[in-house]
Amino acid sequence: MSYVAIADQVSELHDPKSFVTKYIWSQDHKVIAIQYGGTAILVGLVALVLSGLMRLQLGFPDTFDFINPNAYLQFVTMHGMIMVIYLLTALLLGGFGNYLIPLMVGARDMVFPFLNMLSYWTYLLSVIILMASFFVPGGPTGAGWTLYPPQAILEGTPGDHWGIILMLVSLAVFIVAFTMGGLNYVTTILQARTRGMTLMRMPLSVWGIFVATILGLLAFPALLVSAIMMLLDKVLATSFFMPAIVSLGEQMEHAGGSPVLFQHLFWFFGHPEVYIVALPAFGMVSDVISVHARKNIFGYRMMVWAIVAIGGLSFIVWAHHMYVSGMDPVFGFFFATTTLIIAVPTAIKVYNWVLTLWRGNIHLTVPMLFAIGFIFTFTHGGLTGLFLGNVVIDLPLSDTYFVVAHFHMVMGVSPIMVLFAAIYHWFPLMTGRMFNETLGKLHFWFTFLGTYAVYLPMHYLGFLGVPRRYYAMGSTDFIPESAQTLNASITVAALIVGLAQLFFIANIIISLRSGKRAERNPWKATSLEWYTPDVPPHHGNWGEKLPEVHRWAYDYSVPDAKEDYTPQTMPESDVAKAGA
Amino acid sequence: MSLLQTLAQKPWLDKSAGAAIDESLLTSIHAKKIALNIFLAVVTVLFSLFIVTFLARSQYPDFKALAGDIWQPFYNPTRLWLNTGILFVSGVAIQAALSVLRKKQTRYALAALVMALVFALQFLVAQLMLWQHLQTLGYYVASNPANSYFYVLTAVHGVHVLGGLLVLTQALVNFWRKSSLAKLNESVVLCTRYWHYLFALWLVLFALMTSSPETYKTLAALCGY
Repeated sequence: MSYVAIADQVSELHDPKSFVTKYIWSQDHKVIAIQYGGTAILVGLVALVLSGLMRLQLGFPDTFDFINPNAYLQFVTMHGMIMVIYLLTALLLGGFGNYLIPLMVGARDMVFPFLNMLSYWTYLLSVIILMASFFVPGGPTGAGWTLYPPQAILEGTPGDHWGIILMLVSLAVFIVAFTMGGLNYVTTILQARTRGMTLMRMPLSVWGIFVATILGLLAFPALLVSAIMMLLDKVLATSFFMPAIVSLGEQMEHAGGSPVLFQHLFWFFGHPEVYIVALPAFGMVSDVISVHARKNIFGYRMMVWAIVAIGGLSFIVWAHHMYVSGMDPVFGFFFATTTLIIAVPTAIKVYNWVLTLWRGNIHLTVPMLFAIGFIFTFTHGGLTGLFLGNVVIDLPLSDTYFVVAHFHMVMGVSPIMVLFAAIYHWFPLMTGRMFNETLGKLHFWFTFLGTYAVYLPMHYLGFLGVPRRYYAMGSTDFIPESAQTLNASITVAALIVGLAQLFFIANIIISLRSGKRAERNPWKATSLEWYTPDVPPHHGNWGEKLPEVHRWAYDYSVPDAKEDYTPQTMPESDVAKAGA
Repeated sequence: MSLLQTLAQKPWLDKSAGAAIDESLLTSIHAKKIALNIFLAVVTVLFSLFIVTFLARSQYPDFKALAGDIWQPFYNPTRLWLNTGILFVSGVAIQAALSVLRKKQTRYALAALVMALVFALQFLVAQLMLWQHLQTLGYYVASNPANSYFYVLTAVHGVHVLGGLLVLTQALVNFWRKSSLAKLNESVVLCTRYWHYLFALWLVLFALMTSSPETYKTLAALCGY
């Protein structure tokens, strides 16, 4: 086994000298993490506003002149793409991956700090390219976040020229950024762990991020391949995906291409992407639950195995997104089966979180509230996934709000709950200050209950057959009038949830300025990141000497130990016994 | 220790300080080799996906393979062999650089590296000339999916070569700055691995582009099309 530390040579550290090298062109993983996180949250707020605009149109049609059908489709597309890629992936891996990996495995920094810095600036470039598409002629693409050809590049779809081109280029640049970051995360975890930090002693956060990064490295190429080929179809009139087509009365140059081929490529990326977002969230929520329930995580080994198993299985379920594409029913049967199989390790994880809580010494702190909220929303979204995984149930529900409700519960709300839990949990470490508890609790209750008020009724709308992606319902006789009332109430709830995020932003700003100074290790956690000599950790993390690890990260409430937590760095001989 | 053994450990029982450090694993070359291997795995996935879509697309009726019939441009792949030869020489030069560097003859190593650089550039130029040649024959990028794939695959492979040239230039800068022998060795070891990979990748692409429609049909059938 390899332990420690290429990074253990203090002399080789790139010490920052000026403000610019310390905070802007920084190679310190913590600064890069905060740059990643800040950018992701900013661009996420744009996507949040877009969702508010969509809801305004759906809840109160014919009220807002500036939302026409084109703009609506553009809002849908940009909201989806930004949230999935530029917010969740970037914040979970670029933000928390960067911050936590070196601190949790006991390294001084990432193995390739320069590459790490380059990764952030390339990510920023991709965000700028994407945002630029709001300002080009025709506006951003309105093809839906899945960008299916042929409509994505045909006239009639909003943003069919510059919008789609900028979207594809931005995705390609993002993938380059992610690959640079991903190489760093994997190599650091494999190579720079401190002495005693075996793979099976790593906190589950690191396991989640590790496997998710590997998934990303293997899955993003599929998106790159499809982006390159679609770009050529658009710019050079090749026919990778484009069939012979008559558009606006004119025969196009394309002929013979296969749109379904794009769908296969897209979902070969798209489904692992769900787990690229979910696995780091699974890991971090495990740690938050364990710390705030003062109990070791139930079934640590099983949790690791489940993460690895989900990672492997996530590559053979992609076509369950394509049941309505007219594919061979035998394929459908295969993918329905694998989809149901992947529910098994996922369910194991949910049971283990609940069993960790069982008879734990539960502290209902703000991070813990969000973590418990996650168990609810994730179970809820996961169960509807079992319905949709079956071909016969998916076919009638596929184009309805049921699907919108499902994926927002499972991969929208749930990872966001974990992100909030994680931000509140590690805020004292990152900033050296405590957040405001009252604002935090208000934020939680508004967000948690509010998202239920938004997404629970959507399931019913789906059963009624309310179609998704529609700008307005139009003349659909089978949908009762009351559906519109429900739609309006959803919009009100969504706007309240959106506004409730101001509690969070206000909390961050107030706490940064005048929050109570955080004591060292305020949650009495055992894992390494809380045992740096300085809070927040300085450049190089560990001062003169790297920490030495003697145990796993979950020694909470160990029988006959005096304290209810034993740090990973404490040798067995130093543990104070209860009776002593 | 194997992965399975690692995953079978029971961390809640073990309170030891951990094994002594295996110094040989701590050098930065080891980390860089791991990162390079992961990167090459990513590139492999990228090209595998291109190839799978190529095979799928090749089964559509409008696909006209570039080889197989006598009037097709790659029926006689001499030009491709020539380009392959150029890339091969580049790879041989870089391997030679590594072996003379191990004998501490830095000047010869530098000469061999420059040669590798020149031949790699020559390869790119030769590829561009091949593109021109196909254009003069009327094989444009959008006129047939087989052509489109040819241009895309060679272009992406070309970008891969350009990436290698960046690393190679970094190695040359190390020579110019008279860095330590260990550091020189490190950069050349990484370059060598990269070069052998990109040559092997080129051979796969070469074989793919000069195969007959029957071969595509068999391969596509194996992939389930």
